[in-house]
Amino acid sequence: MRFVTKRLIHVVLLLLAVSFLSFGLLQVAPGDYFDSLRMNPQVSAQTVEKLRAEYGLGRPLAVRYALWLRDVSRWELGYSIASNSPVSALVAVRARNTLLLSGAATVLAWLLALPLGVWSAAKPGGWLDRTAGVATSAMVTIPDLLLFLALLLLAVRTNWFPTGGMMSLSGEEAGSFWASCKDVAFHLILPACGLAAAMLPLLVRHVRAATIEALGSPFMRAARGHGISGARLLFRYALPAASNPLISLLGFSVGTMLSTSMIAEIVLSWPGLGTLMLESIFARDSYVVVAIVMLSSVFLLAGNLLADLLLFASDPRIRTE
Amino acid sequence: MRRRLKLGAAAVGLAAVHGAILFAGFLAPYDYASQNREAAFAPPTRIRFVDTKARFHIRPFVYGLKPQKDGAYAADETSAYPLEFFVEGSGYRVAGIIPLRTHLFAVRAPGRVFLMGTDAYGRDQFSRFLYGGQLSLLAGLLAAGIAVLLGLTIGALAGFYGGWLDELLMGGAAVFLALPWLYLLLAARAAMPLHIAGWQVFLLLVSMMGLIGWARPARLVRGVVLSAKERNFVLAARAFGASDAYLLTRHVLPQTSGVILTQLALLIPQYVLAEVTLSFLGLGVSEPMASWGSLLSSLQQYYVLSSYWWMFLPALLLIAVFLLYYVSADALQERVGSVRL
Repeated sequence: MRFVTKRLIHVVLLLLAVSFLSFGLLQVAPGDYFDSLRMNPQVSAQTVEKLRAEYGLGRPLAVRYALWLRDVSRWELGYSIASNSPVSALVAVRARNTLLLSGAATVLAWLLALPLGVWSAAKPGGWLDRTAGVATSAMVTIPDLLLFLALLLLAVRTNWFPTGGMMSLSGEEAGSFWASCKDVAFHLILPACGLAAAMLPLLVRHVRAATIEALGSPFMRAARGHGISGARLLFRYALPAASNPLISLLGFSVGTMLSTSMIAEIVLSWPGLGTLMLESIFARDSYVVVAIVMLSSVFLLAGNLLADLLLFASDPRIRTE
Repeated sequence: MRRRLKLGAAAVGLAAVHGAILFAGFLAPYDYASQNREAAFAPPTRIRFVDTKARFHIRPFVYGLKPQKDGAYAADETSAYPLEFFVEGSGYRVAGIIPLRTHLFAVRAPGRVFLMGTDAYGRDQFSRFLYGGQLSLLAGLLAAGIAVLLGLTIGALAGFYGGWLDELLMGGAAVFLALPWLYLLLAARAAMPLHIAGWQVFLLLVSMMGLIGWARPARLVRGVVLSAKERNFVLAARAFGASDAYLLTRHVLPQTSGVILTQLALLIPQYVLAEVTLSFLGLGVSEPMASWGSLLSSLQQYYVLSSYWWMFLPALLLIAVFLLYYVSADALQERVGSVRL
């Protein structure tokens, strides 16, 4: 219990620091949303100033930060000027979409990486190990951006997949809940597969290394001596023993996953946090940007925390410490 | 032996790439900004040795471009332009300093040679790739240099002195590591004006990229310093009365060289990619300056993506460059690992 409270306090402190950093950075930035209005000859300077005052953009930084913190404590994240709605409502939908995409990709990537890595480790230097080694090295060198562009090309040329978006049916057309689920899943295939492919090389390498290490331990020899072999040995004995570094990796990979997911979202126009972030930067809608930065670090920290808790649950050595 | 061969081959390849990019002006037949509006989206020019009468020429030549009705181009076989070497052309500066006018190859106007086709403004993609490399590679090198230097300083201080300084600095690192890098990069980018031009602002962009990347190298350096400062010869030097500064520079920091080298080899391609991503998203350098990212950004339009295959050529070259970087980082890591960290 003490372990959990300590971690939670740590997370809250980190988030405060992140918020201070991002808020300060974005608020000292030159220009705001009304810059484009100022260029408009039909809008007078007084109108612009009035609008700025209305949205509280003229106040000093410390006051705005304090007000924003008060808002955050009420689960409000400020007001988006560009879309004229509260930031939290705007961001919540996008965050759900990003989580859907990264969640699907994470599951897919691990489902592929676990058997691939374990089987490669079963016979180091065997044909599967060598093929997987070459394939993962080749995949590492392809920048994510190009991977997603290639997927977009595939979608545009073959028409097998939608070229972007999350749904093609509108509310009434979709009709039943199941139809819209199928629609979303169909749109999810390409970005999720791309994201999983981008994560895969790293995961396979780590699974392989961890399994090889586990296979070399004395209790594995004992298990072999008892006549246990094949898949049972690999997946029931070696994999759980190798799980410790892999669970840490699951936590660490959240950050990379979110960044890669942003590129996927933008190239394949998935309406997630990444696309919203880019739009808000171009619109100079700073409260949205701050909210997204905060949320991305919340996800990352939540991933790390989850990994720690999983470790705590799975590894008795940590509990006794 | 094989390992050394791998490292050597990668180093030679990288040196060749950087050399080619450094002498972009010499290798590129055109300036990065020179437009040919009547030759928009022209495919790569074929270099020929055999003419229509099946005669072989030692000097390669190209045919002129004949626009077709559907927007495509055909070779105009009535007009041949021989390739000329070491010709005087538009002026450029090598490394931004030495002014020159000689180009490796060119054809006499109105003939044109586009080795990698042209973009929407009829600008030579080959020339733009070379010039774009100057910007992207420089960004990667500078940003990685800044990040590693900063990480080295902070990590060494934290590891060497420990105590509250260590906790403060590593707490700061935790804040930076608590953000996904692309989100952090875009947030920092959002703090700068949207449309920026010129080299000074490019440097601003680069230092921003370097400043946000110090946390990971700092942690690694700290780890090495922590173990290095307890080694016997360091303790002995300390007992002889060596000052902190002497200990750090003479005994502790040299032990971090392996980590620093591998971090550099890993970070440079990452930062090149960061610049490519920023420019791809339209947040990097602005037109008409070329960067590898802005060369790719036109692929976001579906018609460019599906109709003009040569727009993908920069992407393929990019993969080759990254391959070289990864191979050398890999070889370095193996080498350092075998020596001992």
